[in-house]
Amino acid sequence: MAEVERISIRGGRLIDPANRIDREVDLHLADGRVLAIGEAPTGFEPERVLDARGLIVCPGFVDLSARLREPGLEQKATIASESRAAAASGITTLCCPPDTSPVIDTPAVAQLIQQTAQRLGFARVVPAGAMTRDLDGKQITEMAALKLAGCPVLSQADRPIRSAQVQRRAMEYAATFGLTLFLHPQDPDLTSGGCAHEGRMSARLGLPGIPEAAETVAVARDLALAGQTGARIHFRGLSTARATVMLAAARGRGVQASGDVAIHQLFLTEDDLDGFDANCHLVPPLRTRADRDALRHALAAGEIGAICSDHQPHDADAKLLPFPETAPGISGLETLLPLALRLVTEGVLDLPGVVARLTVGPAEILGLDLGHLSPGATADVCLFDPNDCWIPTPETLLSHGENSPFLHAQMHGRVMATVLDGHIVFERMNDR
Amino acid sequence: MKTGNPQLDGQGNLKHFLTIEGLSRALLVELLDRAEGFLGVTQQAVKKVPLCRGKVVANLFFETSTRTRTTFELAAKRLSADVLNLNISTSATAKGETLLDTLRNLEAMQVDMFVVRHASSGAAHFIAAHAAPHVSVINAGDGRYSHPTQGMLDMFTIRRHKGDFANLRVAIVGDILHSRVARSQILALNTLGTAEVRVIGPRTLIPAFAEEALGVRVFHDLREGIRDVDVIIMLRLQRERMTNALLPSEHEYFHLYGLTEERLAAADPEAIVMHPGPINRGVEIESQVADGPRSVILEQVTNGIAIRMAVMSMCIGTQNIAMQADIKTDGEPNG
Repeated sequence: MAEVERISIRGGRLIDPANRIDREVDLHLADGRVLAIGEAPTGFEPERVLDARGLIVCPGFVDLSARLREPGLEQKATIASESRAAAASGITTLCCPPDTSPVIDTPAVAQLIQQTAQRLGFARVVPAGAMTRDLDGKQITEMAALKLAGCPVLSQADRPIRSAQVQRRAMEYAATFGLTLFLHPQDPDLTSGGCAHEGRMSARLGLPGIPEAAETVAVARDLALAGQTGARIHFRGLSTARATVMLAAARGRGVQASGDVAIHQLFLTEDDLDGFDANCHLVPPLRTRADRDALRHALAAGEIGAICSDHQPHDADAKLLPFPETAPGISGLETLLPLALRLVTEGVLDLPGVVARLTVGPAEILGLDLGHLSPGATADVCLFDPNDCWIPTPETLLSHGENSPFLHAQMHGRVMATVLDGHIVFERMNDR
Repeated sequence: MKTGNPQLDGQGNLKHFLTIEGLSRALLVELLDRAEGFLGVTQQAVKKVPLCRGKVVANLFFETSTRTRTTFELAAKRLSADVLNLNISTSATAKGETLLDTLRNLEAMQVDMFVVRHASSGAAHFIAAHAAPHVSVINAGDGRYSHPTQGMLDMFTIRRHKGDFANLRVAIVGDILHSRVARSQILALNTLGTAEVRVIGPRTLIPAFAEEALGVRVFHDLREGIRDVDVIIMLRLQRERMTNALLPSEHEYFHLYGLTEERLAAADPEAIVMHPGPINRGVEIESQVADGPRSVILEQVTNGIAIRMAVMSMCIGTQNIAMQADIKTDGEPNG
């Protein structure tokens, strides 16, 4: 498959939000680039023609947070298993947080991850470098070196810096090199010991709570520091209504801040913890219906520019414990698209709006020239059938993580082919 | 994840006893009635009935306990079951054996019932979900969530003194936030149709959204909260609440929320005083009240054995006997 250099994708509905294209038109790729939209240039002879009639053709998805667990946590997943799952999910670029083992706090680890991903060839893996050494929250990393080693953004994964002074210095130093900081806005003290939103459900189930203020306090601090330092910050995985309002207000004042939401936060709420379902143990926790609705609203209004999978694959044992002791997180790559399409069904966004928040939105946050199909652009393309009906099960998942509350639920929308750098890296076309 | 009640078998009989949540009033009343029958047994010279003869009950305590474990052990022995006591401190599980490995090993020893205490909310649900089909699980306290036999023995004690719940005002005083006992009591009181359930404590010890989430009235003032109540339940105050900024001192706590003779006067003249034990004299309750005529604290302990016998026999008893008559003869159950 990797030998094919010239591809024509014919008869599909091309949705390219960056170029405001939404119409039935052919797409031609050559030498890893978008060659043309519409008529093929004279003399163009594709080696492969994909019949996209009835399908949506769009830029490959860009996922701002997917843990691959390699190096160091291979009992949970590997770059091979997860990047293959990404390809099957239409995701061509994914950003992996630095909480590997060792942490991505040196160029060597960043390069190791990229080289492994390149050798496998399923997806483009963009490592987020650590802001502090070993994510200790104290000593900042060699940020310039990490940038040169392929980290366009830096992050503390889910271990935010406690000290406002260190946070401020990290922002200033990162801003020197134009590095965006991906922040997990959860105050470590207010979050400590908690495993559920502090609300009606935690009161009933006796689960140690994480108050809304755990997020708003962190967002307030980081917005103030971003305003002070001029750093560019991105809130990874917002969960509360108030935080979306604070973000919008700060953006209005010119603070360089953005935000994303994990796809499951748009569907699940604290109510889903009933029965102590460990697959609904998340950080930040699932919050109220009102929070969920506000996240949807902020997404529709464009204040939240990206939806991500927040993929966190776990080994089975990590969830085979009483709820508070389980490892938080959902294996989310393979349900990203069908869940996002539910936003169309439920009237939150139109189809181009959903595609934008999976492509050009996150690409802009990463600062990478991806997520669009302009002539000459990188040929990352996803072909999906918005109506194909399927049910995810442990047997069908390619990810090594089977920790999902959406297993056995009916999904609409399925990826039929994925093109990365002009190569077909996943194909289900024959099953049609 | 939310398919039916995990505590009931296909016929609606009690299979596990994990929480009061989701159990009907009729079932709770049946449990109380059955315990009433067992109270006679515990006062006989020969304190045994053969309802669980041949069954093996494992007390699986991941958190230390003396009173609760002892009453479960006594209850099982009076039902003629064999009892294994396993104190699995967290250090033992730190040796590497997982909770599920521990369960599998015990199942391999043909245990019929696990009585489980664990520091994590939801642990009993987790164990019930992963236990072999023939095994029953009784929750002897999980985290902050549930301690249903304690809740029911308190209902039993209240019923013996007050009869019907419909006209009762009950106040629970103290650390509601961390209390599995309070959560179980509140659920049981509301299921049994109690007129008014109040919780009293400082804001740091009352869960967010308590009124709507738990179905209680919240008071922060003890005098106001216990006015005209028929039952006062004092909760044990853990020392660690002082170290994590939930309370300033035991002194101030007793000053504001400690039950004294003088404060008790605001309650109904017939009001009873309860406490799940062990009590902190001079912290949540003064000795004159704890040892006074209104206190039913030791009665609660006795009743605990009868309630636990009732729960165990309902879950793994050899049959659903028509109760009292058979039990009092201490004979072989029919068929």
